[in-house]
Amino acid sequence: MKRTIRKNKDVVSFNKKTSWLYSDTVKDHFFHPRNVQLKEPKAGEFNGVGTVGSPVCGDMMTMWVKIDKKTERIKKCAWRTFGCASAIASTSMLSVMVTRHGGMKLDDAAKITPKDILKELGGLPARKIHCSVLGDQALRAAIEDYKSKKQENKKSKNNKATK
Amino acid sequence: MIYLDHAATTPLDKEVARVMADFAVKKFGNPSSLYKLGRAAAGVVHESRVSVAKILNCSPEEIIFTAGGTESDNMAIFGIANQFLATAKNYHLITTNIEHAAVLNSFKALEKKGFAVTYLPVDKYGLIADREVMKALRPNTLLVSIMYANNEIGAIEPIAKIAHIVKNYRHIQRVDTISKEPRFPVFHTDGCQAAGYLELNVENLGVDLMTLNGSKIYGPKQTGILYKNKNIKLEPLLYGGEQEFGLRPGTENVSGIVGFAKSLELVSQSKNKETPRLTKLRDYFIMELLKIPNTALNGHPTLRLPNNINVSFLGIEGESIMLKLDRENIYVSTGSACHSLSLEPSHVILALGQSAEYAHGSIRFTMGKSTTKKELEQVLKILPKIVNELRRMSALGH
Repeated sequence: MKRTIRKNKDVVSFNKKTSWLYSDTVKDHFFHPRNVQLKEPKAGEFNGVGTVGSPVCGDMMTMWVKIDKKTERIKKCAWRTFGCASAIASTSMLSVMVTRHGGMKLDDAAKITPKDILKELGGLPARKIHCSVLGDQALRAAIEDYKSKKQENKKSKNNKATK
Repeated sequence: MIYLDHAATTPLDKEVARVMADFAVKKFGNPSSLYKLGRAAAGVVHESRVSVAKILNCSPEEIIFTAGGTESDNMAIFGIANQFLATAKNYHLITTNIEHAAVLNSFKALEKKGFAVTYLPVDKYGLIADREVMKALRPNTLLVSIMYANNEIGAIEPIAKIAHIVKNYRHIQRVDTISKEPRFPVFHTDGCQAAGYLELNVENLGVDLMTLNGSKIYGPKQTGILYKNKNIKLEPLLYGGEQEFGLRPGTENVSGIVGFAKSLELVSQSKNKETPRLTKLRDYFIMELLKIPNTALNGHPTLRLPNNINVSFLGIEGESIMLKLDRENIYVSTGSACHSLSLEPSHVILALGQSAEYAHGSIRFTMGKSTTKKELEQVLKILPKIVNELRRMSALGH
């Protein structure tokens, strides 16, 4: 960590009290966010969605997932966020983590912690770590949404069958 | 580079740097030394004091050189309050809820020590109503501290009016039994942001104590003064030698003092030209910025410093905007929680009665003598794209 701080001296706190630098990976994901959902999603494009946070805390995030029903792997993950560079970069990184290598299994994805995201990002300034906690919450909310929809579908199918 | 953060700090003026270098390298003597080299240093400190006093229209003995605005603010506030520390519970202090941290946190510390503190509210433009001051004054009020101009939104407070109210109250209320003079409440103002643009004549302003600093007026950082009316007594915060009338002991920062005096002289000379020039640029920039949809001006449209522009871009977050501008070498600041050490959104924007979203999306542009219309036009080319880009990826619809 210390070495990267000395190397990238371009983002420094305004009052010089604490350094506040972003790793190259964080900057890359902030300036070139992956999987960001700029348009309204089309019907059927995703099968799970979750929104967490509030504008009062300064972070609010929506995450969409497309889950393959047979393999239960995340095929697509898209997001939108109202937040700072750390929030944007960590959400972008999370969306990459869950969709690479053919998509992460739902159970594994639900276990992702902010720590895992931080590791992939090459760390965040200490004070900004809390900005990375919303991503995994939004993802879990989207997965829950997918699961409850699946439950409902099953129920309605069963209901039809009993009728 | 387009530097639009002059309220954070200003570059050192070249002429100031030149006079400073002379005293840092060649005429480096200690003003307390009685040989020629020391006397030369003492002489220039005196000259600087006279020069500052002339601009403030006060006597040289009323100027105390300090190590910056924060120190001057602390010297004024604790210098008054500490005289009554043992019976703190019996006394009352007044300030506002939009002060700079140097003032606000000093009052919070005094509150913890037992003083009663009133934090005056501001209206939606960030202005203090003088009747609020009148209402807040109590027979046991020791000190009223209200900033001259706000550092975030540039709001210019009615300092002369407030000073008048405080003095009237002082004369009616209490006469010190020893000196037969009414002593309290004392009125202090933090004039750091105002120094380059507003009236500094203390007689016209009617203030008892006033803070100014060098780093906002093209002077050296960690330099400043406290104007202290000769009738006001302060308890020192530091103990040591007799420098600065015993209020600021320690070998004088001679080159810093010379630099501060020079920078104040220069901004006072250019004030009449710079104020209308920047006011025109400010009004142009505000007009153009408000053409970006869902953008709101923070602060008053005209009762604001000529160099200050503060707007909120709703639905997006200030640190993101700031970093994207940084990549284009445009330097601004933000009131977003994400860009503060405390992780709290700007207390000034919240004090206007706005929601946290306004604070999170706020960007402050503060111009200076290098600012040109061309630079602002360049910002106006880039900024709407950045705002649009961030809004499209924001979870808040705007």
